Amino acid sequence: MIVSSAKLVKDLFAKTIKTEPTRNGFGRGLVEAGKRNVSVVALCADLSESTRVLDFKHAFPDRYIQIGVSEQSLAAIASGMALAGKIPFIASYAAFSPGRNWEQIRTTGCLQNVNLKIAGAHAGISVGPDGATHQMTEDIALMRVLPNMTVLVPCDAIEAEKATIAAAEIDGPVYVRLGREATPIFTTEKSPFEVGKAQVLSKGNDVAIIACGPQVYEALKAARDLEKSGIETRVINCVSVKPLDTETIIKAAKECGAVVTVEEAQIAGGMGSAVCELLSQECPTPVIRMGMRDEFGQSGKPEELLEHYHLTAPWIVRAAKSVMKRK
Amino acid sequence: MPQRRHTPSAITDGDVRKLELIANTIREDILKMLLTAGSGHSAGPLGMADIFTALYFHILHHNPKRPTWDERDRLFLSNGHIVPVRYVTMAHAGYFPVAELQTLRKFGSRLQGHPEMRFLPGLENTSGPLGDGSSQAVGTAYVAKMDGSPWHTYCVMSDGELECGITWEAALFAAKNQLNNLTWIIDRNNIQIDGYTEDIMPLEPLHDKFTAFGWNVLEIDGHNIRDIINACDRGESTWEAPTVIIAHTIPGKGVSFMECEPSWHGKPPKDRKELGRALRELRTLNGAIEAGS
Repeated sequence: MIVSSAKLVKDLFAKTIKTEPTRNGFGRGLVEAGKRNVSVVALCADLSESTRVLDFKHAFPDRYIQIGVSEQSLAAIASGMALAGKIPFIASYAAFSPGRNWEQIRTTGCLQNVNLKIAGAHAGISVGPDGATHQMTEDIALMRVLPNMTVLVPCDAIEAEKATIAAAEIDGPVYVRLGREATPIFTTEKSPFEVGKAQVLSKGNDVAIIACGPQVYEALKAARDLEKSGIETRVINCVSVKPLDTETIIKAAKECGAVVTVEEAQIAGGMGSAVCELLSQECPTPVIRMGMRDEFGQSGKPEELLEHYHLTAPWIVRAAKSVMKRK
Repeated sequence: MPQRRHTPSAITDGDVRKLELIANTIREDILKMLLTAGSGHSAGPLGMADIFTALYFHILHHNPKRPTWDERDRLFLSNGHIVPVRYVTMAHAGYFPVAELQTLRKFGSRLQGHPEMRFLPGLENTSGPLGDGSSQAVGTAYVAKMDGSPWHTYCVMSDGELECGITWEAALFAAKNQLNNLTWIIDRNNIQIDGYTEDIMPLEPLHDKFTAFGWNVLEIDGHNIRDIINACDRGESTWEAPTVIIAHTIPGKGVSFMECEPSWHGKPPKDRKELGRALRELRTLNGAIEAGS
């Protein structure tokens, strides 16, 4: 069922699969982007360790700028630097950036269409014990609606590294969504990655599961379990929420006839919404969107929260079976 | 930081007189374009005509024929709503034809209601939402220091926007990094949309606030050309801190019924008759000289 061209790790479902937070991949990608282009600079709002900007600071101390707890000026100062020719990455928790500085991102980043790159760490409910204030679930909606913005939601640390390097090369503002928790590394250096492309990870024509972020791994586990019931599932990694890979998604809807979307974010305005906007116009198809259903998170262990909010494989299996009945 | 081509701007009484006359022409054109546009802000642009004239006709190193010239001084506008004064000054400085001023706020015009760099070359930033321009100016000045570029970054901003928290975030950052290549010019006209600044949200003692934030603070009469030029010179030659010039201005300057009147913050002259009254006052310096002389 797994597509060989996806070049996923060999023992995909081994209990010993390596895990790492996507923010670590961002940290490595940022250093690599800095090596490739001297114009890359990094700005941080008092969260350099947990956003993994620290590696960049050590590699390029002259190109690292500490702003303090000032997310609005974080965005606007960075845009001013972009106007003067730099490629600034701004890093904070997603709840604060892009949560607190949306207007600055809109006006100075998107309307001016400058090279403002936003890394939103600690996105989603899997932030865990910190609770709802720090669990950003509205960021995909906030960023996706902005003209000129590119939105990337990498599924593991390796893809996060690729997404960060790609973000530096895109001409214009980019949002990269990152998680706090260690999650399985299931793609490899050889796995294809392209902005604007969704990757088909498993073959199947019974139902399509379109996921982004670490939920892609849950989707793959769901597909494995569905196979036991004779259901062949097409799992799609929708890393590029904007621009959306319309071709791959429409094809999946046509060939499968039923779709489940999964994301660790509000279903209102999120990646699932983007899929529904597309399909309602181009190929009306039954869809179940999984994610936060107009509610905030709470404190708890990440795995408890993911279970509570139905973001684990068994819940995806149920949704897949349910949506298939509506074909 | 490399030595800048800084020379004190020797200025004669004749130069000052010439600049004052340009400023007056700019005021007339502001009112004319606002009447045609049918909407827009009158008070702020009139109050800032002297400062924009001094900037474009004496202080800034710029080239209207090469608006993206690398070595130009950067002039950010943070309070985008006063952009009519910038448009008129730019037109008279040679950035675009004066006739184009009549397209202000019209469909298809490069002269958007609030300034947009994607339409008009020569604008350093897009602004309107208050507080963003001054932060961006700080970012640009920081890059100039990083790269050892000799140009200076100016930012014109309002007093009302000092109520935005982001302004003080940027002020902290500029002082921390000793951005001596940055000058903020605050239009201290004491009015904002809902009334007088000191009623809405008191800003005084403003001078002391910026001093406490680590800035080099200068306070001037924003209608005195010589004061404006001298203050900018001092800002450019200060080495240890960013400079803020608190420019005391009269909103609606030059037109008696607009001066210091908050209701003129956000509206244009209502008809040709009202425009005529305003132009007559400007042309006669409020009756000090005979019309037509």
